[in-house]
Amino acid sequence: MSSRQAQIAPVSRLYAFLLLFLLCSVALVARAVNLQIVDTEFLQDQGEARYLREVIVPTRRGNILDRNGEPLAVSTPVDSVWVNPQELLQTPEDIEPLARVLGFEADEIERRLTQRSTREFVWLRRRLRPDVASEIESMGIHGVYLQKEYRRFYPASEVASHLIGFTNIDDVGQEGLELAYNDWLQGKPGLKRVIRDRLGRTVEHVELIRESLPGNDLSLTIDRRLQYLAYRELKRTVLKHGARSGSVVLLDVQSGEVLAMVNQPSYNPNRSNIDSDGLRNRAITDVFEPGSVMKPFAVASALETGRWTPTTPIDTTPGRINISGHTISDHHNYGPIDLTRLITKSSNVAATKVALDLEPEHLWSTYDRFGFGDVTGTGFPGESAGVLRNHRRWRRVEQATLSYGYGISVTALQLATAFAALADDGRLRRPSLVMGATNPPTSVLDPEIARQVAVMLETVTGPEGTGKSARVNNYRISGKTGTSRKASAAGYASRYIASFAGFAPSSVPRLVGVVVINDPSGEQYYGGLVAAPLFSTVMDGALRLLNVPPDDYDGMVANLKQDNARGDP
Amino acid sequence: MRRLLPGWVKWPQLDVPLLAGLLLLMGFGLFVLYSASGGSMDTVYRQGTRMAVGLVALLVLSQVPPHILRIWTPWLFVAGVVLLLATWLFGTGRSTNRWLDLGFIRFQPSEIMKLAVPMMMAWYLHPRRLPPDAASILVLVLILAVPAALIARQPDLGTALLVAVSGCFVLFLSGLQWRVILGLAGLAAAAAPALWYVMHDYQRQRVLTFLDPESDPLGSGWNIIQSKIAVGSGGLLGKGWLNGTQSRLEFIPERHTDFILAVLSEEFGLIGVIFLFAIYLFIAGRGLYIATLARFTYARLLAGSLSLTFFVYVLVNAGMVSGLLPVVGVPLPLVSYGGTSIVTLLAGFGILMSIYGHRNFIR
Repeated sequence: MSSRQAQIAPVSRLYAFLLLFLLCSVALVARAVNLQIVDTEFLQDQGEARYLREVIVPTRRGNILDRNGEPLAVSTPVDSVWVNPQELLQTPEDIEPLARVLGFEADEIERRLTQRSTREFVWLRRRLRPDVASEIESMGIHGVYLQKEYRRFYPASEVASHLIGFTNIDDVGQEGLELAYNDWLQGKPGLKRVIRDRLGRTVEHVELIRESLPGNDLSLTIDRRLQYLAYRELKRTVLKHGARSGSVVLLDVQSGEVLAMVNQPSYNPNRSNIDSDGLRNRAITDVFEPGSVMKPFAVASALETGRWTPTTPIDTTPGRINISGHTISDHHNYGPIDLTRLITKSSNVAATKVALDLEPEHLWSTYDRFGFGDVTGTGFPGESAGVLRNHRRWRRVEQATLSYGYGISVTALQLATAFAALADDGRLRRPSLVMGATNPPTSVLDPEIARQVAVMLETVTGPEGTGKSARVNNYRISGKTGTSRKASAAGYASRYIASFAGFAPSSVPRLVGVVVINDPSGEQYYGGLVAAPLFSTVMDGALRLLNVPPDDYDGMVANLKQDNARGDP
Repeated sequence: MRRLLPGWVKWPQLDVPLLAGLLLLMGFGLFVLYSASGGSMDTVYRQGTRMAVGLVALLVLSQVPPHILRIWTPWLFVAGVVLLLATWLFGTGRSTNRWLDLGFIRFQPSEIMKLAVPMMMAWYLHPRRLPPDAASILVLVLILAVPAALIARQPDLGTALLVAVSGCFVLFLSGLQWRVILGLAGLAAAAAPALWYVMHDYQRQRVLTFLDPESDPLGSGWNIIQSKIAVGSGGLLGKGWLNGTQSRLEFIPERHTDFILAVLSEEFGLIGVIFLFAIYLFIAGRGLYIATLARFTYARLLAGSLSLTFFVYVLVNAGMVSGLLPVVGVPLPLVSYGGTSIVTLLAGFGILMSIYGHRNFIR
């Protein structure tokens, strides 16, 4: 019996192990207490940090509208597709159909994802077409997600692109008014707290931390109809004359509001590849030597002295004059003329004689009051001030050339603003691009003198004027042509800038227009031949679209009746 | 029922407390599994099926007297070793050659060894004088080392260690002198650094990660950190069934297999963890009690080793989930989702039941 007892393994070992296990269990429970009671707060915070996320709620950017509420820039909700490479790469066979729908090469997607295989978020394509988005959603590929975004669309496309600019892929203004008014348009994205799982899928919305505020709409002073008209005609003119670039600005005389502002070359803001050459809003950002369109301001300066009247005689014989070794000449020898015919014929010699009669400071002061050499204050990004050198540093020949627009540089908008002041009895207004701005006028010229200059300007489109092609049926047009040679490294080249600035109707001016055609390459380059016809077409259309009554309404009606009586069609 | 069967069939008694403990554990396990699998009834059904298969094995083995088992032991052991060699040659499986595909069934031969190694060692010790002499110890170490080495080569270090542990328990329970035990332990400790050189890179990485999880929180440290967060988030009372954020949101890795304890801890809190340990301790304690009832060496050694190994599973898994031990692929017994381990464990408890039912036999 005792030998058998010795044969059986001892029970004591079993009890020893039981005790050991009890101790181990106590240790584990102590560990659990440590984690679940002592460290629980820290670990719970760590846990929340892993699944609670603050997410931005995208908000709609404000629309940009024209003065009549027509859309110029609108935001529409679109879907963008992103992938989690870690998930998608698990099922590489899904890449091929995905690539087909998105119009990518499968290899390319695979390469991109493999490069970023450690990341959990890769944009695949932003701003999908709605049909593509719904197709991707219906495919339901693991690891492929859609994100709602807003896409900017510009219905007016290239017609208003310079003015409006565009936004980048993240909906932030990059150019033009989109940039200048970005804060106003952008709105405030909201913030919400969500529960997300390990793969970043939103499982539950916990709370809204901050409501999203949609952006504000922006109403422009632009009239879309005039903008289209001006753009179409400018493009036609630029093409016809093979010009390098061109601008047209149309202002409301009474308010200073810009009704149209177009440039060539232009670009389509709905496309992503934008040629930098077409990017500039030249009417505001580019300066040029204006040439003869400046003469009215020199004449106004002369009238201000009281020594000059519209009929003060000036002898331009023999059609040229020598100042400090420089010869200033006219196209023809106009002989003895007066101040009015200086404008009508655009005589450089006469302008020189007038300018040299003036105090430099006085001429400078007149130009300065009309806003030359200073920004107009539209707030448009990249606006140029132009150059008007201080009179103290003027040489004599410079004082002469300034009278007919050389040695000074201006923007098309500055010209339009200054002409609007001439048209409105010497009241200068800051031009505005956005509705709601009040532009209190400042008087920069005696009203009587302004009217005298206006009368002179009307002769430019008269039978003997240089701007006959600027005429518009049934309306009287006042304006001034300009043809300036472009300065180049080797002095003035035989390249030109043709311009026309004017207003209508002459009796009660409503609209100011400025046309600038840069470097026409054809045979014609005079402002009166290149710019004035464009001014006429644009002004004609604009006056009719805005229902501006003709200067001589009764006369026009009588003429029409006569025509009808004769049975003309 | 008895009348339907021939009179010579004796129905040995089942150990009702042990069976109750097991059923309670499995029921609770399925309950947790439903949550841990993200509410997949499908997973629960499959796990239930395995449990049913395991219970059938338990019932069948409980009717086989221990002395019959003892006679079959060498054949089972040899078969196990042959199958292990077969996995070496014909194994299938994603990254490791653990599985043997017999066409109609796929299983891990290493699971057999969890039972066969302690059985073989008990078989060897049964007719001999205890405590064993040096020659016997050498043979026993060979019985233990050959299968463990084959399993470690698969590579499945976790299972190899557990098989080795179950064998060691047989040695200890055989009444080995403490000085011999200490000597062997010293040898093992001296051999531990050598283990470093036979380990695969991923195994080394696990050890390093265990020592400093924050060194690579998004990579290899992720499991341990996430698991600790989940356990800690449970607090005293837990977040409630199906409400564990870390597990629901899939922040817990292997949440329905090796790390199911993290899910349980998060949802049932400290109370749930203590409840679970109580069941485990009860089952292991009951097993050791059965061992004390056994009247002959084979049965006592086997019953003791199986009970102890069962609880070692619990300790290793809990230590891993709570960040006290490196990550080794040891499931939480009878709770983790997983194939053959449940069947093997229940088969082992079938042997315990048999030892209990035949406790009055002396062979």
